[in-house]
Amino acid sequence: MKKFTRVAAGLLAVALAATMAAGCSKQGSGSKDSDKFYIGGIGPTTGGAAVYGNAVKNAAQIAVDEINEAGGINGYKIEYKFEDDEHNAEKSVNAYNSLKDWGMQILMGTVTTDPCKAVVAESGNDNMFQLTPSASSTDVIKGKNVFQVCFTDPNQGTASAKYIGEHKLASKVAVIYDSSDVYSSGIYENFAAEAKNQGFEIATAQTFTSDAKSEFSVQVKACVDSGADLIFLPIYYQEASLIIKEANDEGAKVTFFGCDGLDGLLSVDGFDKKLAEGVMLLTPFSADSTEERTAAFVKNYKEKYNDTPNQFAADAYDAIYIIKAAIEKADVKPSQSVSEIGDALEKAITELTYEGITGKGMTWSESGEVNKDPMAVVIKNGVYVSAE
Amino acid sequence: MKSKKINIKKSTLTTLITIAGIIVAYIIMNTLSNGGFLSYKMQGLLVPICAYAILAVSLNLVVGLLGELSLGHAGFLYVGAYTGAIFTNITADMISNDLVRFILGMVVGGVFAAIFGLIIGSAVLKLQGDYLAIVTLAFGEIIRSVLGNVLYISKDSSGLHFDVNDGSTLNPQDMIAKGAQGITVQRLSTFLIGIILLILTVLIVMNLSDSRAGRAIKAVRDNKIATEAVGISVSKYRLMAFTISAALAGVAGVYYAHNFATLTGTKFDFNFSINILVMVVLGGMGNIPGSIIAAIILTILPEEIRFLGNYRMVIYAVVLIVMMIFSWNPKCIEFRKVVSAKIKSVFKKKNKEVQ
Repeated sequence: MKKFTRVAAGLLAVALAATMAAGCSKQGSGSKDSDKFYIGGIGPTTGGAAVYGNAVKNAAQIAVDEINEAGGINGYKIEYKFEDDEHNAEKSVNAYNSLKDWGMQILMGTVTTDPCKAVVAESGNDNMFQLTPSASSTDVIKGKNVFQVCFTDPNQGTASAKYIGEHKLASKVAVIYDSSDVYSSGIYENFAAEAKNQGFEIATAQTFTSDAKSEFSVQVKACVDSGADLIFLPIYYQEASLIIKEANDEGAKVTFFGCDGLDGLLSVDGFDKKLAEGVMLLTPFSADSTEERTAAFVKNYKEKYNDTPNQFAADAYDAIYIIKAAIEKADVKPSQSVSEIGDALEKAITELTYEGITGKGMTWSESGEVNKDPMAVVIKNGVYVSAE
Repeated sequence: MKSKKINIKKSTLTTLITIAGIIVAYIIMNTLSNGGFLSYKMQGLLVPICAYAILAVSLNLVVGLLGELSLGHAGFLYVGAYTGAIFTNITADMISNDLVRFILGMVVGGVFAAIFGLIIGSAVLKLQGDYLAIVTLAFGEIIRSVLGNVLYISKDSSGLHFDVNDGSTLNPQDMIAKGAQGITVQRLSTFLIGIILLILTVLIVMNLSDSRAGRAIKAVRDNKIATEAVGISVSKYRLMAFTISAALAGVAGVYYAHNFATLTGTKFDFNFSINILVMVVLGGMGNIPGSIIAAIILTILPEEIRFLGNYRMVIYAVVLIVMMIFSWNPKCIEFRKVVSAKIKSVFKKKNKEVQ
């Protein structure tokens, strides 16, 4: 027992020394360059949501490289670093703190909503300018320092319901959504609220959770049985592809309608693209667009990362350019403090009109919400066609 | 030389050394933090480290002392976190003092976790070994799935409103718990509170293990039949250890939840339970200071190797394996003993030469 005590004491001492050594790296960054803007990014590059984090990481890198090649922002180069958060609020805060140690002045992130809520609380304390490419909940923009590139969930839900109502697409609508996902349930709630005003009925709302998203026969059967002529899918494309296939196997004759999460449907491995014919979705970005900047971005992304960029990538690409535009407008210098830069950019972005690849004439309200038009597209012959 | 024989029980000494270690660690970290020598990353990790240390110590009660494998610890943590967070939200305008509200929240979280521990414990503790592990795992997942998805709660001037469908009947402005979207939590946790909680936890667990009840629990672990034959109620003491462990996990949960702005169920899956179990196993089953040290190392390690980029988690796993082998492989322990004996003999020789 005596030995045990000694060993325990020894171990404690070692742990203490280790913590101290770990803690001794100095606050802020000593190696910081005063003629560079330090832009940090946070998102999941490992784990279940890695698709989105990697898309954002890569696309932002492309934008940063382009800007640096073209001479930077007002002559100042960008230093860019992306940290992994595994789609986990705790890790996300750790990533934020790591980036602060690195010297981050502006945050482009985080990619997913739930971690973003935790990070926003931290960045609010520091008054750091934060622009999230894809965290769509209204909760994340409660602070005055946070702005969004993507639509908010209510915005999408309401817009979808309006679109279905105005175009008289259906009288009975079934919904399948992910109740464990903030994005999905957020859209559903607002869709359901707006549906009452639009004169169509929600026949059934089926749910699944992130733990059980590989088999949907129960939900699809319930939707078919409810007699709905349209199934609304405010979910991501992987699950949607399974649902569409299941519905097809059931022989259901329904239209599918989705939000920006459905973007990517055509690139699912092993998914018969013919099944996606007639699927409608609201999305701000289409990789098949012939518009010059979009086409250049898509080509660039494919060359570098051997993959077709999705909407998350496009949002991130825009995010970096929006930060650039805001910096130019506010005329801030890298030598200013984080909070000073934050104040200036928060003001500048609300006065900005930005032409991006995810929307024309984007403007921001003081609340942090972006104002851009969602574009409804329908899949015809394996490509997006404007639904108008 | 005078012999320094003070009459303190060895177990008391271990407790004292552990608590002294914690206090010294607190003083050092606090001084560093105040002096601005602590990186933001480390400052951000202080609260999670305390939370994980409490969790590891409390799980050690079941795994080390009772000798049963529980994989549902995250479930109890989540019960505590959930009820505690709801409590602090509801009482936000009633109790203006944050600290008082937070402490009451911890009591509420602890009590609820204990109730869950009691209910689940009395149902599953008839089982042993692998079966118990599987059932606790299942219960942990049930708690997480139900609490983390079903309940919508809102509060307005007329009181509390509940909904278990989709929350559409409630006013979104007054919503406290939003089903799967979780609870928005006020930040109340501080490093000091964590250290105090940790010390309390260590005191409770170490005192328990040294008490009559603790000896009974250990007896149950070592030989159930013999214990029963002596007239000790096996189920009573097993349930006791299980419930206390759940209550402590609940308190840690409240503390953990109030460090992040948002609380959702997805985080507390069985990986989380496994993570805490790893801390206990690495620190040594039944070894309380070991659990704390393992919790510290395993929380800091993944953050300190961020520079490795995407290889981070691979390296983390490798380091974990190496640490496990080095700490607990019998051959390695032997090797360590030989080495330390050699070092000691060198020192002794030197001492003699000096004399």
